[in-house]
Amino acid sequence: MKNILNIYKKYLLIRLTDERIANKYSEWNMRCPTHLSVGQEIVSACIQESFKKSDIAVSSHRAHAHYLGKGGNLNKMIAEIYGKETGCCKGKGGSMHLMDTSCNFLGSTAIVGNSIPIGVGHSLHFKINKKKNVSLIFFGDAGVETGVFYESLNFAILKNLPSIFICENNFYSVYTPLKERQITKINIAKRVSGLGIKSLRVDTHNWQKVLKTLKYSRDYVIKNKKPIFLEFLTYRKYEHVGHVLDDHLKYRSKIEINYWKKRDPLKNIYEYLIKNKISKSKLEKINVEINKKITSAFIFAEKSKFPKPQDFKLHVFKKNL
Amino acid sequence: MKKRKIVFSQAINEGIYQTMKADKKIICYGLGVTDPKRVFNTTEKLVEEFGKNRVFDVPTSENALTGIAVGLANLGSKVILCHQRVDFSFLSMDQIINSLSKWYYMFGGQRNLSITIRMIIGRGWGQGPTHSQSYQSFFAKIPGLKVVMPSNPYNAKGLLISSIEDPDPVIFLEHRWLHGLIDNVPIKKYSSELGKCNVVTKGKDLTIICMSNSTHEIIGMKKFFQDNKIYPEIIDLLSISPIDMKTINNSVKKTGKLLILDTCHKSFSTGKEIISNISENKLKYFKSNPVLMGMPNVPTPTGYSLTKKYYPSKKDIAKEIMKILKRKKIIWKNINELKKHDKPNEFIGPF
Repeated sequence: MKNILNIYKKYLLIRLTDERIANKYSEWNMRCPTHLSVGQEIVSACIQESFKKSDIAVSSHRAHAHYLGKGGNLNKMIAEIYGKETGCCKGKGGSMHLMDTSCNFLGSTAIVGNSIPIGVGHSLHFKINKKKNVSLIFFGDAGVETGVFYESLNFAILKNLPSIFICENNFYSVYTPLKERQITKINIAKRVSGLGIKSLRVDTHNWQKVLKTLKYSRDYVIKNKKPIFLEFLTYRKYEHVGHVLDDHLKYRSKIEINYWKKRDPLKNIYEYLIKNKISKSKLEKINVEINKKITSAFIFAEKSKFPKPQDFKLHVFKKNL
Repeated sequence: MKKRKIVFSQAINEGIYQTMKADKKIICYGLGVTDPKRVFNTTEKLVEEFGKNRVFDVPTSENALTGIAVGLANLGSKVILCHQRVDFSFLSMDQIINSLSKWYYMFGGQRNLSITIRMIIGRGWGQGPTHSQSYQSFFAKIPGLKVVMPSNPYNAKGLLISSIEDPDPVIFLEHRWLHGLIDNVPIKKYSSELGKCNVVTKGKDLTIICMSNSTHEIIGMKKFFQDNKIYPEIIDLLSISPIDMKTINNSVKKTGKLLILDTCHKSFSTGKEIISNISENKLKYFKSNPVLMGMPNVPTPTGYSLTKKYYPSKKDIAKEIMKILKRKKIIWKNINELKKHDKPNEFIGPF
């Protein structure tokens, strides 16, 4: 039960952090494009219960959940979004370029598909150096449409690398639905399996299956010395980028939005915990604690100094010529 | 240092071999590195010595392989990635521009990437539009990349060793016509400083800046210079980014006259950058208009006749020099043009 409670806490941390960002974004002090993970948290919430700290993760533009899920420092993330010198990247990266070496979250980048081969490079490093670790590679359904995705998969399969490809399919690339971009008659996991990789598809409504699948994927990769591809069906609540709902644009049907709203995994975990005799007051207490932690992260960020304007020159090279 | 004569491609090979021997963290891969031809003999004996884990052939997936290099270096490996043509690297522009060049910067200096990408510039024998592009200025345009162009076996080995050992990304451009060039090269491992040009000969009449294969063309005009009593200061750039403007400025200050022989299209080129730098900061140094020679802003044609006027010939270069020096009497006898303009000497491939 402790591990489920941990997942719940992590889930809540990710959800409430992004909700708070949405809430405070219109103060216009977080001056960078921000892609919220609300609705898509469950896989991230399970990372620490499924993988080792020494396993390495990379992600794409929508990375808050993966960063926090892997154990990234909350204060440093919020400060980074505020562009402060205490940010995880000293204000150079912002929401879309996060890295926290202390928890092995080793980069999110903002070009779709871009970090997929980098994650494969991590797994090649593990293989060359005989380390029993896995490389977690997060991307969305549009990542599957890039050329580098296929190049990367082919290489990981060919070289038997410990890569775990994690596609969080939220069915939209900005406003463009999946069916305008890919064939949907054969689903992503099924198509990818044709490249010669074990592929699994999980609806995130079933959070227990998500957890089971992630744990299984690590065992599978380590035991068989082969990569694996996971497709998780999920849904984002907010607009593609920004802090407001954009349902009035009608690119997603009301029926579809409500369908996913009802299937929010957070509700299911909450109900599961109640059923398993975790008291409502204990869960309420957790909620209060996490909110406190988030409040103090925002205070930390707001109080932190901006880097000096001339510091824009720093970090072009490690060794200047 | 004990020396002996070896060709450019052997010098490259020796540079890779000796750095890999000295540092187990170095990985070398690319299309053809373990095939029978070994990237024009530059990757010979590597897989035999260092094994398949550190030296391997790859799928034709340039973009992913560059990203994989980023991942490897992100965890502390040092990577040598080989492309048999510059043109093939264009498939990896997302990784070069959006990841490799700014990884250290955008994450606030958390992880540097020690990656050397070798790219080979083709020329002649009908290699045409997509096998003979020399876009050094294109890479130099991108902040976060160091760009190197060796011109002979000695500096090829030293600069390659420095590039591999450097903590930052380096684009290392080798001209295919130089691979057969023979010269004295120390047997031992040695490094040449990055970011510095080489003053090949000191002179007072004019400054001639060249790079890679164009250095070889200028050096080949030695007798012409003697016949006509011209004393040029010849500067071999070696480093395209950063450009060693200090040495260049000093030379132009002395001579007041400048000819640049670029291996790229003239438009938006390294040569333009140099002229612009001097014009912005030291305009008064110029006693006459600077002259830039290079390829026209036209793709490289394939056919034998169409390439005849595409690259500047030695005669074209000589004419420009005489124009700069305002000399009318010219002794032409030692302008030795290539018998066939589309291949160096008896070079007959492989290309």
